[in-house]
Amino acid sequence: MSVWTWLGSWPVLRQVTGEDRMGLGSAARSERSERLRPRTAEADRVVKSVCPYCAVGCGQNVYVRDEKVVQIEGDPDSPISRGRLCPKGSASLQLTTGPSRRDKVLYRPPHGTDWEELDLDTAMRMVADRVVRTREETWEEEYEGRRVARTLGIASLGGATLDNEENYLIKKLFTALGVIQVENQARVCHSSTVAGLGTSFGRGGATMFLQDLQNSDCIVIEGSNFAEAHPVGFQWVMEAKARGAVVIHVDPRFSRTSALADLHVPIRAGTDIAFLGAIINHVLTEEKYFHDYVLEYTNAATIVGEDFRDTEDLDGLFSGFSGEDRSYDVTSWSYDGTEVAAASGDRGQLYRSQGDPHPSTRHSGRPEQHGSGGAVIRNPPRVDRTLTDPRTVFQVLKRHYSRYTPELVEEVCGIPRDVFERVCEHLTSNSGPDRTSAFCYAVGWTQHTVGSQYIRTASILQLLLGNIGRPGGGIQALRGHASIQGSSDVPTLFDLLPGYLPMPHMQEEQDLEGYVKAAGEPLKGFWSNMDAYTVSLLKAWWGEHATVENDFLFDYLPRLSGSHSTYDTVMAQIDGVCKGYFLMGENPTVGSANSRAQRFGMAELDWLVVRDFSLIESATWWKDGPEIESGEMRTEDISTEVFFFPAAAHTEKSGTFTNTNRTLQWHDRAVQPSGDRRSDLWFMYHLGLLLRERLHGSEDPKDRPLLDLTWDYPMEEGDDPSAEAVLREINGHDAQGRPLSMYTQLRADGSTSCGCWIYCGVFKDGVNQAARKRPGREQDWIAAEWAWSWPDNRRVLYNRASADPEGHPWSERKALVWWDEESGRWSGYDVADFEPDKAPGYRPSDDARGVAALSGVDPFIMQADGKGWLYAPAGLNDGPMPTHYEPQDTPFTNPLYGHQRNPTRVLYPHELNRYHPAPDTPEASVFPYVVTTYRLTEHFTAGGMSRWTPYLSELQPEFFCEVGPELAAEEGLEHGGWATIVTARNAIEARVLVTDRMKPLRVQGRTVHQIGLPYHWGPNGYSTGDAANELMSISLDPNVHIQEVKALTAHIRPGRRPRGPERVALVEEYRDRARITERTGTED
Amino acid sequence: MTNPDKTGEGAGTAGREAITGATDVVSAEQRERHKDHPRRGRRGGRGRGEATRVPDADFRSYHGRPVLNQIVWEARDIGGYLFLGGLAGASSVLAAGAEHTGRPELARPLKYTALAAISGSTAALIHDLGRPERFLNMLRVFKPTSPMSMGSWILMGYGPLAGVAAVTAATGWFPRIGRAATIGAALTGPLVATYTAPLICDTAVPAWHEGYREMPFVFASSAASAAGGMGLIVAPTAQSRPARRVAVGGALIEVATSTYMERRMGLVGEPYEQGRAGKLTRAAKALTLAGAVGAVLGRRSRAVSAVSGAALLAGSALTRLGVFEAGVQSAADPKYTVVPQRRRLEERKRAAAKTG
Amino acid sequence: MTQDESPSRKGFFTDTSVCIGCKACEVACKEWNMVPEDGLDFLAMSFDNTGRLSADTWRHVAFIEQREPLGHQDSGVGRPAGEGPGPVNLGMPSFGLPGQRTGEHDEAEGGDFRWLMSSDVCKHCTSAACLDVCPTGALFRTEFDTVVVQEDICNGCGYCVPACPYGVIDRREVDGRAWKCTLCYDRLGAGMEPACAKACPTDSIQFGDVDELRERARKRVEDLHEAGVSSARLYGEDPDNGVDGTGAFFLLLDEPEVYGLPPDPVVTTRDLPSMWRHAGAAALVLLAGATAAFAGRRS
Repeated sequence: MSVWTWLGSWPVLRQVTGEDRMGLGSAARSERSERLRPRTAEADRVVKSVCPYCAVGCGQNVYVRDEKVVQIEGDPDSPISRGRLCPKGSASLQLTTGPSRRDKVLYRPPHGTDWEELDLDTAMRMVADRVVRTREETWEEEYEGRRVARTLGIASLGGATLDNEENYLIKKLFTALGVIQVENQARVCHSSTVAGLGTSFGRGGATMFLQDLQNSDCIVIEGSNFAEAHPVGFQWVMEAKARGAVVIHVDPRFSRTSALADLHVPIRAGTDIAFLGAIINHVLTEEKYFHDYVLEYTNAATIVGEDFRDTEDLDGLFSGFSGEDRSYDVTSWSYDGTEVAAASGDRGQLYRSQGDPHPSTRHSGRPEQHGSGGAVIRNPPRVDRTLTDPRTVFQVLKRHYSRYTPELVEEVCGIPRDVFERVCEHLTSNSGPDRTSAFCYAVGWTQHTVGSQYIRTASILQLLLGNIGRPGGGIQALRGHASIQGSSDVPTLFDLLPGYLPMPHMQEEQDLEGYVKAAGEPLKGFWSNMDAYTVSLLKAWWGEHATVENDFLFDYLPRLSGSHSTYDTVMAQIDGVCKGYFLMGENPTVGSANSRAQRFGMAELDWLVVRDFSLIESATWWKDGPEIESGEMRTEDISTEVFFFPAAAHTEKSGTFTNTNRTLQWHDRAVQPSGDRRSDLWFMYHLGLLLRERLHGSEDPKDRPLLDLTWDYPMEEGDDPSAEAVLREINGHDAQGRPLSMYTQLRADGSTSCGCWIYCGVFKDGVNQAARKRPGREQDWIAAEWAWSWPDNRRVLYNRASADPEGHPWSERKALVWWDEESGRWSGYDVADFEPDKAPGYRPSDDARGVAALSGVDPFIMQADGKGWLYAPAGLNDGPMPTHYEPQDTPFTNPLYGHQRNPTRVLYPHELNRYHPAPDTPEASVFPYVVTTYRLTEHFTAGGMSRWTPYLSELQPEFFCEVGPELAAEEGLEHGGWATIVTARNAIEARVLVTDRMKPLRVQGRTVHQIGLPYHWGPNGYSTGDAANELMSISLDPNVHIQEVKALTAHIRPGRRPRGPERVALVEEYRDRARITERTGTED
Repeated sequence: MTNPDKTGEGAGTAGREAITGATDVVSAEQRERHKDHPRRGRRGGRGRGEATRVPDADFRSYHGRPVLNQIVWEARDIGGYLFLGGLAGASSVLAAGAEHTGRPELARPLKYTALAAISGSTAALIHDLGRPERFLNMLRVFKPTSPMSMGSWILMGYGPLAGVAAVTAATGWFPRIGRAATIGAALTGPLVATYTAPLICDTAVPAWHEGYREMPFVFASSAASAAGGMGLIVAPTAQSRPARRVAVGGALIEVATSTYMERRMGLVGEPYEQGRAGKLTRAAKALTLAGAVGAVLGRRSRAVSAVSGAALLAGSALTRLGVFEAGVQSAADPKYTVVPQRRRLEERKRAAAKTG
Repeated sequence: MTQDESPSRKGFFTDTSVCIGCKACEVACKEWNMVPEDGLDFLAMSFDNTGRLSADTWRHVAFIEQREPLGHQDSGVGRPAGEGPGPVNLGMPSFGLPGQRTGEHDEAEGGDFRWLMSSDVCKHCTSAACLDVCPTGALFRTEFDTVVVQEDICNGCGYCVPACPYGVIDRREVDGRAWKCTLCYDRLGAGMEPACAKACPTDSIQFGDVDELRERARKRVEDLHEAGVSSARLYGEDPDNGVDGTGAFFLLLDEPEVYGLPPDPVVTTRDLPSMWRHAGAAALVLLAGATAAFAGRRS
């Protein structure tokens, strides 16, 4: 550098010679500032992706330079997120490229005290060996005399964070291996949604899409912390608010959602049915329902059989209850005059009346198969269109809820009468032809022993108000994982095959015909093509091997004999039945109820495979778990072999996530994963190859399903099977191999193949429809050309109901689809959820079958009668109408009925899973407070992704409990200090946040304090703390086996919890004081 | 909507603002305070038992947190920088006077003092930099808006002069250049002694900024007292009379102006009396006054003079440390930021209402 | 200080009435600017575990819990007209606006509690003290009229830290240099919006031309006042305020100090000329005084 250039760059000289005399601007500019460019500008490519956290499904742009991801930010093209991201999404770069991700396979030998490194290939072979060995050892050809062809020795958990293609391979491979205990987060998050919405409307997905919330006039957020758990989706609530909508938040806690709502309604956790039931009562008695909608589109006019008895008559029980096995025979719930038909919802519901001695399907999660298709009724039932017959559904409903009054709400929920009335006023004045209201909920509703019925209550209310299938109206189930909807659709769930086809049950389903028959042999609606869907699936899995002659290899499917849900698996592990366990992106020792039981189960395993980003608690419990600390377990004594496989991130693989809108969004691989990191697609595919290699040539019939499996996907760079090829298989093709475009093309003759019938059309015209990225700003609010929604790219389900019976919109303001007389077709903004050319005036003949049997005024096309169900004569195990029951652990008695709690709830009395004393006993005062759990914006579920991410951890650095000042005073809790929270299961500690946001409620004349616990923490990671789920019991909804973790009782005391064995002693002391036995809590 | 609780419940009592209504669970200490001073306990961010001359101010804050970011300077470095700069600048003036009036025994050591002090001052400044190796960036721009920039240029001018003055004095080389340098240093010296006042006052730190009118005089007089004190130490009594005069005059003016400044600032002057700053300020004044008295009474004794000079030097140093500490304390308490600004706003509102 | 050919002034309008406190801005800022994580401190200050703006926090979301009725907060961002079923004013009463309530309903409607959230950031003052006092020219005013620290220049003198009347800029301990929001200077150059504004899920942080943002902000306040939210006020946007208007300004629902903001900050250099005069006078006094000390009879 010459002296002159040096001098020329001297700012003082520039000051003198230039315009910036004061040296505040251009003169002071440095060389670096001169050259400064954003690193995105220097990227080699920008890859379109989807955020891997919650189910809003925000679009992401991934910037790659020199084969490294250098930046991830929101994709402004996405009509769902409009380029925005929450803190978690914004931290995606740190998540995927940060140092906390592992990149080497780790192995812990039996009794080993530490990890050892293992090369990937060896590890894969070892896992394959163990699968073969355990399968051999635990193979079960028959169970109680019937063929089941399965193993209960192996289980798998995880899928909601994975791509649909990965879930598909997991289910496909494991099913072929005879592994039935395949589960994922959907079980513990939203399984009750599927049952609740499915039995009401015919499909288990949200009836609307997030963007449509902007059209709502009133949004009730209940059982959800929308703004915190789905911040980017919440923009649509704000959008509605800006247009004058009223936003109501009903929640035990004043959360960030409440802060933005017009009205916050504090409710005692676990009493939502009483609250919603009272609104139903208000709507019915004040005649605020949408009469024409109710009459035409619901089953209000249908007449219920004479034998039906309500909970009002039987003190909390419906007719048909058997105390012996705490279950219902639902025969008496049927409509008048209909032939008693087995319901697809639960064929076992009828087994007693049919005298079948074999285990029922009652616990086989049958209600969950209403994810796409309601329960079956055979004959057209009798109706009274005046709605006056005392046995019409309308009148039955009215009687059922007549005692759900504002006074009851005050007594049960702790909500003052005037607040309740205000909610009613908002809701009813914003429903009708001209206005629509929406309900948004999440796991605050689903995770209860009456979870499915919570959702049913909202469904009934929304049907009465005429809010389903209409713009701005509906029920938005806010799902919490990137593909938790997808992991139900392409299920990694024990009770389902893809597309909500039931897993066959040993009871009566030994062949294809029996299987379809057992599903109720649906005669009406789209579900009547179930055989075509099933055969196409079998063709997709076993290809040319599946023929008419061999019943399309229906026998290759293993059989269920009861519940094999994740909690049953835990119990089976404790009992030593289940010996091998795959965890794929799930952390049950933090995320599932009763963490302690989870670990005790794992300690009995022969082997455990954990696939994740980091060493989560479920991978390291054997060396640093709470039981090691307490001395209950010794590392050296634990014989479980543990494999840790580092997983690939969403930026390192291609595939689809199905978001909470039911929209499949394709994300492209941006870079190759490094080290031993691999996608689950890779893992399952190569495990499959190794297993097939191992069993090659085997003549053992149990190996045929695996060896005959179609398992020949084209390979991509990095030895990854092509995800697109898997998606093509899911979409299906005809005999010539041409991609199908809609599920109506599926046939039962074996000429079509389809991996998941509801996803048929995602590869329409051979084009990956899920990868469509036409910017939202170039489209209307439906944005039909952004990705692809099931079914058939419809964004609002049941949208036929947005038009009146004649096919005209109910109002101009709320027009969505309508009958276009001229073209003789349904037209509108959305794809009509109806046969496109079926006129409103169409009436089926009496002998019409299948889809033709649906009339022009039947908007709920998946339902057997085409109607929305106010009353569910079949489909659910715990009643045709929702009824308020107290939670399993509750401080209050049920003022409505003698039967306090859901009589059919599923309990697992066990030393590790003790329940609390009944509320009217003196011992109940040992656990006087109500606990509710929730999510924070800054963390994600069990923390596996967020607690290892420094940018997120610093925002919520420690586990804390929220208590009101009154409770703090009562127990001497110090703000910012520590508290210990104790239940009969465990004791945990948390920092104390005293806040007015936790309001004590007046219930039944006394004050109840509530404790709020975010459940994200565990002892590993960057930000650590105790897990809230240590406190939970395993007590389940009888329909889908979801656990109750949103309302329970506990005690809280100041100070940190004891260390070592004293922690166990403390819990013992509480148990003793509460005189807890194995009988406790199992009463009515 | 009137709200009785609106006035900053528990501001300053870490974390309480957010927990409105949680008064039942305040700490024992807080409860105690509630009992003694029901009003103050709810509002005060100040400690207990401290004399307050200013009436309690209503103010709200964010969880009691300061509005300003805390000063990142080290007290030792920047306090030393202020003190040594003052000492150097005033020493150069005295040295020139002494030389001019034929007091070499006073002039020469003071020249050395100036050089040593300015070197120390500069070294302290550099030491305090986050990136000392980039010290020269100080000369990248010439910014009249930045006292530190101007100070750097002043140092650039003064430093070599003081250096040449000292070196020529020591070696006897180039006497004419030496004289010129001595005069140059004497003319720039007062700037060196006073520019540091704008330097610290040109900040948002309430206890500094609000004193910007008096601070240069405090610094100048403190510098004079220090240099005079140094004169008393280094020069024989025969030659030290001007130093004594400067020392005593400086000391008296220093005490007077600083006391005046603290009083005039009102609420914002509080930190000068409280906590560590209060201790330093009180000690500074005591030493300075004692030094002045000693300088007058002990004017015939070389030893007493030297001790007095040392006291003056120490007093001057403590003055700067006290000022520094008061700044730190005023930045740490939101009261000093919020209350004056709130009052200003209200006055403006009242004025507007009157004229409107 | 802007050059003639400069683009228009850019800034932020942070509408706290729609802030959901998600802290996406904090994270997006850190991700883009590679600002270090700065500690796991549980502060027990509502949901704020960040505490303040600093060298390692360029966006800070404040959380304030108050026993006051719920503020009416809405997004004020509308979908472009002509897409699907549009909004129609049916003359329905709007509920829950504090200003419209009668006393007796306060308790019931919206409860008696509100939770304010607000994302704070560097104000990019028109008259910026940090910039004025910076002795090295590390801080400079960009062509977008924003104030940016140049990391290749800053020598960590720390002067800007106490100069800032908002407590924004700070020195990073491990690195020795001063850091603060740059309004994503690098992104602006490429026509991109700053990372925080881009991420903000509810558009609480809006980026754009300051002139336009000011207009939008004033309109927003008018709308809120009309809707009965009398507590809504703008902070910082007034070009006649103590810093001659800020490039990043805010819509607040309570007094600024409640959010940790100074109620009436004045750029310290406004008094600098007077400071120099006083310093000059003091220097002369020193010179004169010392000279006087040499006057008179030699002893």
